[in-house]
Amino acid sequence: MLTISVNGKEIKFDGDPNTPLLWFVRDELGLTGTKYGCGVGLCGACTVHLDGTAVRGCQTAVSEAAGKKVTTIEGLSADGNHPVQQAWRDLNVPQCGFCQAGQMMQAASLLAKNRAPTDAEIVDEMTGNICRCGCYERIHAAVRAAAGGV
Amino acid sequence: MLHYFEKQSGPAGNPPVRAILENVSRRSFIGGVLKTSGVALALQIVPGAANAYEAYPTGAAGMPHGVVSDPHVFVAIDKDGQVTIVAHRSEMGTGARTSLPMVVADEMEADWQRVRVIQAPGDEPRYGNQDTDGSRSVRHFIQPMRECGAAMRFMLEAAAAVHWGVDRSLCKASNHEVIQLSKGPDGKLIETDKKIGYGALATIAMAMAVPRPDQITFKDPSQFRYMGKGKTQIVDLHDITVGKAIYGADVHLPGMKYAVIARPPVVGGKVKKFDATETKKVPGVEAVHEMAGWAAPAKFAPLGGVAVIANSTYAALQGREKLAIEWEDGPNAVYNSPAYRDAMIAAAAKPGKVIRSQGDADAAFANAAEVFAADYTQQHVAQASMEPPVALARIVDGKIEVWAPVQSPYGTREDIAKTMGVPIENVTVHVTLLGGGFGRKSKCDFAIEAVQLSKTLGGKPVRVQWTREDDLQHAFYHTTSAERIEVALDKAGKVTGWRHRTVAPSILSTFAEDSGYQFKIEYGMGFVDMPFDIPNIRCENGQAFAHTRIGWFRSVSNIPRAFAVQSFVAELAHKLGRDPKDMLLEMIGPDRVIDIKTAGMPEDFWNYGEPYPEFPIDTARLKNVVNVAADKAGWGKKLPDRQGLGIAVHRSFVTYVASVVHVAIDDDGTIRVPEVTTAIDCGFYINPERIRSQVEGAAVMGMSTAMYSGITFKDGRAEQSNFGDFSVARMGNFPQKVNVHIIEPTSPTHHATGVGEPGVPPFAPALCNAIFAATGKRLRSLPTGEKLEA
Ligand code: FES
Ligand code: FES
Repeated sequence: MLTISVNGKEIKFDGDPNTPLLWFVRDELGLTGTKYGCGVGLCGACTVHLDGTAVRGCQTAVSEAAGKKVTTIEGLSADGNHPVQQAWRDLNVPQCGFCQAGQMMQAASLLAKNRAPTDAEIVDEMTGNICRCGCYERIHAAVRAAAGGV
Repeated sequence: MLHYFEKQSGPAGNPPVRAILENVSRRSFIGGVLKTSGVALALQIVPGAANAYEAYPTGAAGMPHGVVSDPHVFVAIDKDGQVTIVAHRSEMGTGARTSLPMVVADEMEADWQRVRVIQAPGDEPRYGNQDTDGSRSVRHFIQPMRECGAAMRFMLEAAAAVHWGVDRSLCKASNHEVIQLSKGPDGKLIETDKKIGYGALATIAMAMAVPRPDQITFKDPSQFRYMGKGKTQIVDLHDITVGKAIYGADVHLPGMKYAVIARPPVVGGKVKKFDATETKKVPGVEAVHEMAGWAAPAKFAPLGGVAVIANSTYAALQGREKLAIEWEDGPNAVYNSPAYRDAMIAAAAKPGKVIRSQGDADAAFANAAEVFAADYTQQHVAQASMEPPVALARIVDGKIEVWAPVQSPYGTREDIAKTMGVPIENVTVHVTLLGGGFGRKSKCDFAIEAVQLSKTLGGKPVRVQWTREDDLQHAFYHTTSAERIEVALDKAGKVTGWRHRTVAPSILSTFAEDSGYQFKIEYGMGFVDMPFDIPNIRCENGQAFAHTRIGWFRSVSNIPRAFAVQSFVAELAHKLGRDPKDMLLEMIGPDRVIDIKTAGMPEDFWNYGEPYPEFPIDTARLKNVVNVAADKAGWGKKLPDRQGLGIAVHRSFVTYVASVVHVAIDDDGTIRVPEVTTAIDCGFYINPERIRSQVEGAAVMGMSTAMYSGITFKDGRAEQSNFGDFSVARMGNFPQKVNVHIIEPTSPTHHATGVGEPGVPPFAPALCNAIFAATGKRLRSLPTGEKLEA
């Protein structure tokens, strides 16, 4: 039996400890904001925070999260108004929106560590997150805009 | 847990759409009047009528189930004034789910803050055509949605007239209320302070007969609150940013099972035998089922294979890995991309079936002082929407219910009914948000799979999840192609003849026996509609037989055609020592509307389904976007070493787009794009903010397609399996700045045209022309790769 904190709630899990966090939060907890996009760590759609740092939910086993704090997009902020979420809305970033939870989680992780990232640092941090709709210019601008507010 | 039901239903837990409409409209107090209200408004102009609007015919009439504009179908108003508007087209990122309801709201003078949008299930007899592809949503539904809103406004004013006992001409709808007018001393109508809100009028208004087209007026554009402003955010924006937006895999039903399917790696292949012993040992795996196979032409039939059903996605995935399957590959195992490409190029070197013939091309080439030619090729591409195909189905008392991210919900319903042998009334298709579509989700094989598996499980709800590998290896691929262009030049270097040969496996092979030839829709995409002013033109099609499923991908055959034609113009310019933009404008020639007959274009020329007289090829508009893009990009400016500008223009989906791509080559040969400048003439436009986002996205997808993405086959199997070997543009290298210039319509005949797709085609040729300008290196095969070879 594993105990994991997800969005501030203690969750007990007695299933396969190798279950990726992605499927754990989606199938077990119904937190469907975290998306499947590739399953192999190449797209970032599944990005969640482990103790505040972005990790790929598809590449992180539940066992690795035991005793740690998992945050999904649903728990990024209490009121949905994290500066990243606000910037995403202010700049009308999403098209289909499917990649955006992963993008925002990645951006929030970056800004938690680095309040004033350079353009190159933003690119480095965000290049693992694919947006097939092609919202990169706005994503980049939104990270920059959110940086002021974190 | 967030359930789709909770999302779609109101606070009282009412079922969606229909019930809401029925509650408000059908059960209203003047029952008899409603008999006429279910009739769709005819799309016709009433000549000379005082309040007539400029209606024009579109291709919507030729689409299955045409258009519907009845406010009773699309609008509901509750007593508190909450307005509900139905979005009947699928949302895959273009913004259609916002833009069309916004048109209704604007015309009916509803306050957008008090409007909510709900998604229609697949029901074309009720809503009109729902096939969300071909960049048609706004093109075909701007008029019906304006009619719908204008009719609703009329009904609200008529209701206020009844309420106050005054003439309707003294009632003016304005921002969610109707204001009573009175005649001033000079006879002019002035507003009084008598007002009544939409909520109070709802019941009477909804009981009003729908006005005739000659009774309604469209708002003057100066009165628009939302249309054309670009200030209206997409309706799902907040939900998306908090992780609550519901996509295909986010619908959950109690007792739901999770399935993944191992499909034949070669199209048309079958399971020879399989062993599921190890699979069944995986905890959580509940069943393994073989699924029926496939025979060409199969339209959107599932491929068959072996399904693993489990109590979680992870268990199903693990179970599938442990399957031991022996496949029988069938005839398509001969498909090898390098040999196929050679064969296409060889076919393009020989005469083919003549599709367009103007003047005497043979004579022009026989008498040429010089012939100049080039071959252009492209690999297959997978749509690779971020959300892979996924669908949930259940069967209760013989009624099939599906939740899926489909572009064509009614087509999905039809295909399910046919496959399962049930009447269409027994099939319901709910449309979730689509995590991208790009043409892939027009094909409903994944939804049929879910229904088949639910049936196998006695009707239990089951979700079929495609992995990225499944998506890339079992797509309906963008075709692979060879395009050869030759021109005859006279002694003065004037182009006297043009010959274009296209060779590519056709989308038609998905629907009918494969003749090896393409068909009018593919011919109409940048091939026979080539707009240059050249006296002798011949367009020919050589045979190529399909060995995989060919489908449409955002902008379809326009990608290889624009790549070939627009690259060729720049090549010719270089050969003749001309500026590429000047050469392009000169080849387009004088301002004119191209006459299909004198241009020798086929009689059945496919103009994106639109009536040609309303949506002709207008060279003035084509040249205008070239000039605007060139001016805004500073065409001709001096750039540092290893940098260059390239230009291309293309008309597709009856929209004119020109792009200037600025390329900068790194020391290690990496191709970078600091800036793209695009001019788009899509006529009358309603949501410039989403047009910009579509054009920005088209540049990124254009770059992916030009530089990164290709699917190749070896022994009938797609060689790419995930984003490691099927690359797409990422933040590490994407068009850094996309400047979008939307052309203001200068004539009422510049109707609303497509936006979702036409931004893509000009990118690849503009990029390759820029690479040539920067380095003198000409690239003629897509994808080019990220780096120039030394
Ligand atoms: S789903 Fe985890 S990185 Fe793509
Ligand atoms: S918004 Fe569609 S994938 Fe990013």
